[in-house]
Amino acid sequence: MTTLAPEDLGSLVLDINAEEVKKELVGKYPTKVARKRAKQIVANRVEPDLTVPEIQSNVRTVPGLISQRGCTYAGCKGVVLGPTRDILNLTHGPIGCGFYSWLTRRNQTRPKGPEDHNFMTYCFSTDMQDEQIIFGGEKKLRQAIQEAYDIFKPKAIGIFATCPVGLIGDDVHAVAREMKEKLGINVFGFSCEGYKGVSQSAGHHIANNGVFTHIVGLDDTEPDGGFKINMLGEYNIGGDAFEIERLFEDIGVTLVSSFSGNSSYDQFANSHTADLNLIMCHRSINYVAEMMEKKFGIPWIKVNFIGAGATAKSLRKIAAYFENPELTGRVEEVIARELPAVEAVREEVKSRCSGKRAMLFVGGSRAHHYQELFREIGMEIIAAGYEFAHRDDYEGRRVLPNLKVDADSRNIEELQVEADPARFRPRLDVAGITRLEQEGIKLSEYEGMMADMQNGALVIDDISQYETEKLMEIYRPDIICAGIKEKFAIQKSGIPMKQLHSYDSGGPYAGFQGAINFWREIDRLVNSKVWKYLKAPWQEHPELAAKYAWE
Amino acid sequence: MLLRHTPKEVHERTALTVNPAKTCQPIGAMYAALGIHRCLPHSHGSQGCYAYHRSTLTRHYKEPVMAATSAFTEGASVFGGQANLLQAINNIFTVYEPEVIAVHTTCLSETIGDDIPQIVAKARDEGKIPPGRYVIHANTPSYVGSHVTGFANMVKGMVDYLAEKNGHKEHRVNLIPGYVEPCDMEEIKRLAGELGVPVIMFPDTSNVLNSPQTGRFHMYPAGGTTVAELIAAGSSLGTVALGSLASGPAARALDTKCKVPCEILNLPIGLQATDAFIDTLRRIAGVTVPESINIERGRLVDVITDMHQYFYHRKVALAGDPDQLVALTEFLVDLDMWPIHIVTGTPGKKFEKRIKEITKEVPHEVNVRAAGDMFLLHQWLKSGPVDLLMGNSYLKYIARDEDIPLVRFGFPILDRVGHSYFPTVGYRGGLRLLEKILDALLDRQDRDSPEESFELVL
Repeated sequence: MTTLAPEDLGSLVLDINAEEVKKELVGKYPTKVARKRAKQIVANRVEPDLTVPEIQSNVRTVPGLISQRGCTYAGCKGVVLGPTRDILNLTHGPIGCGFYSWLTRRNQTRPKGPEDHNFMTYCFSTDMQDEQIIFGGEKKLRQAIQEAYDIFKPKAIGIFATCPVGLIGDDVHAVAREMKEKLGINVFGFSCEGYKGVSQSAGHHIANNGVFTHIVGLDDTEPDGGFKINMLGEYNIGGDAFEIERLFEDIGVTLVSSFSGNSSYDQFANSHTADLNLIMCHRSINYVAEMMEKKFGIPWIKVNFIGAGATAKSLRKIAAYFENPELTGRVEEVIARELPAVEAVREEVKSRCSGKRAMLFVGGSRAHHYQELFREIGMEIIAAGYEFAHRDDYEGRRVLPNLKVDADSRNIEELQVEADPARFRPRLDVAGITRLEQEGIKLSEYEGMMADMQNGALVIDDISQYETEKLMEIYRPDIICAGIKEKFAIQKSGIPMKQLHSYDSGGPYAGFQGAINFWREIDRLVNSKVWKYLKAPWQEHPELAAKYAWE
Repeated sequence: MLLRHTPKEVHERTALTVNPAKTCQPIGAMYAALGIHRCLPHSHGSQGCYAYHRSTLTRHYKEPVMAATSAFTEGASVFGGQANLLQAINNIFTVYEPEVIAVHTTCLSETIGDDIPQIVAKARDEGKIPPGRYVIHANTPSYVGSHVTGFANMVKGMVDYLAEKNGHKEHRVNLIPGYVEPCDMEEIKRLAGELGVPVIMFPDTSNVLNSPQTGRFHMYPAGGTTVAELIAAGSSLGTVALGSLASGPAARALDTKCKVPCEILNLPIGLQATDAFIDTLRRIAGVTVPESINIERGRLVDVITDMHQYFYHRKVALAGDPDQLVALTEFLVDLDMWPIHIVTGTPGKKFEKRIKEITKEVPHEVNVRAAGDMFLLHQWLKSGPVDLLMGNSYLKYIARDEDIPLVRFGFPILDRVGHSYFPTVGYRGGLRLLEKILDALLDRQDRDSPEESFELVL
């Protein structure tokens, strides 16, 4: 698979002075706001050793500026636990939070049989009323758990705290312990009040801690099959995980657990028996990977199944890790089998999309992952940024030791994890690690987004509505990828938009088939006829005829 | 099965809500505020609230939904949100230049007890509100009422902050359209125009949340009630408020504040409710109903007579908001249909009483529940099957599992378009409802009838 290097393109990025643009983006802001935002907007510059400029991120959203961000509850209940089908997820709070996170993220799941639990189509809430705000909500929570158990008989119940719960002092963990004891099923709480942290990111961390503490490691049964892996940070939106699972099956690796697309509770409980963790979304799930490494000795590698080239590379990484000729052979077979169809579509779509320009402002890893898909069809990324990522997601994990922990991050618990005396088992010896390094595979490493972007491209953290509008004005990109809230302001500006959180429609976009789907979708968007019809004929040519045409 | 765990037997629940038929106050307040021209709604709480509300409204309308947030962090939650709101007001007026900021609270800021008028006064003292610009607010605690309550509170906020008496009564009627779609507001205004009654309608989301694609994004689209109109509402002859829950509080506030008397009617959905609306407007303004409206009405009655055989004694289950359900149930009863399971998530025992009255001559047991949920509705359906479901997109899970046709009606509709363009209020709206109901019932008949009785002419 050949990927066009950015220098092969006529580059808009190189024509525009990023520093000038930056000045324009913050020029209208009050001085203090401008100063803060300026640290979150940088022109990319990749040094030969892959160091990049510092970008401020994971800091508070400026009130009133209209950011893309959501809250901690959304990161915890919505993103990480949302795709779990057999944990009964109960929102403790007023009705809104549970309602808005009900089926809106397009996570797909496939229960094994018609009798298997699947609660994803349900929304459970304590629907707190003013009485609970005044007198406390623990009693209602306890009763709600009892009722949920009586009707649904789940094997596990997760409780998610919303903003007022923290303020009135309800102890969701105490209620969880009590009900766990009483019902004999696993009940656990998440203190994921929306005001914690500065974005969804805090919620990911809280979810990781909870799943690791309360579920991972509960079942030591060795699963059947060789080459045991976990897939972390893949949420099966639009069926992405199904496409990846298909590839795993074909190359013959055993997926013990997924966190958390198409996952099950039992898989989480058993996930510590895997021999390798693969991380897709570094931002939302790296905590679980690190804790599993410390406690059980499972190494992790960063993978990316978005993009045909990236998928092939990730599959080869897995084969290299297990160092098994048969596995390597199967990986090469699968790549060889899948690529012709991919190449055919790529060539076709590229002929219509090459030279067009994209911007991506989304998520904690997607703004990075999807760049390769665009480059593979000859498109240029002129600006990108994350909604809720940290510096390591931009600049690579090399900056981790230098990260300042501010008050907002300090409030999110950092679990102290130690090696499990009975179950810690290093999967690789020093020789193994050295061998992988020689093959260019770094364990526990993520280089971040900026190292993969061209010099001069803009990198913007937590972009505002105003900045988005300004960028459209200055660059007039051919497509923008962001979230649902941004979508129609962009499209009303006459620029096609692809929603890259839940995709809105379509997918899967992962793996080889996913690359084909995505290119077809981008082709549809940037070449759609409708953009030619924004003006009526009389708006295009307003001059009045002097008389009726037939006179 | 999509809802495979829903049992037929009803266990009474006192604490657990499953599959809600309502959402929280602030989203209704945000929607109402978008009906003011050049207004930026502002959510005083954690940024998750506004993100969720904007996302849901965006998915329902497929339109830009602009709003801002105070973006509370843990510090603001402990020490109060004053600093955040002051900063937000300054940033919003500097960067986004609205004419009005409409602040609504959230469960977070309500639990803390932030005093919005005091914070706004401070913003004014500090010069953060430019001359000629306004900051209004409504308290919308998420743990009271529902999204409908939030809408009502924000509309009342418009009166509280802006309506003024100018000393004499202008020959003009205020219309409060209720928590309805942009096209419904447009239709209500059109009907008043047909009658020749000068009106001020507020809020008005038409041309805000169904705005045209022109290739240019306008942060503040052409639609919306202007501040000047909201001020002038205080000197109108009277107010006609549609939907007691959504519009009643604002109408009564206008009476109290500016001595503008009001009539509170059902939403004009269906024949009788539209009749009441037209007749009231006619009497208040002293006008004759023009022939054009008689024609619209006659067409609606005509289709009912033409297709009555398909409505007659068909059972219907409904979920939605009280104002809509009261009018819709009455319409269905007028069609000789049997609405037998009716659920709203919005609390209020009056609703149950009202529905019981409307359905008292339906020769079938009628289940009705306020503060209910769709899980309960589904359970009722399992014991008492129906021919038709009407409600928002979430009902499609029940519709598929139980194989019942569904007419989408209400909020939110996340999987179809049309609701923001084609009204369901007025006589024309009634026709559209009939068309949708007939399409659903007759498509089902065509699907299910045996080949020998499959018919061309229906």
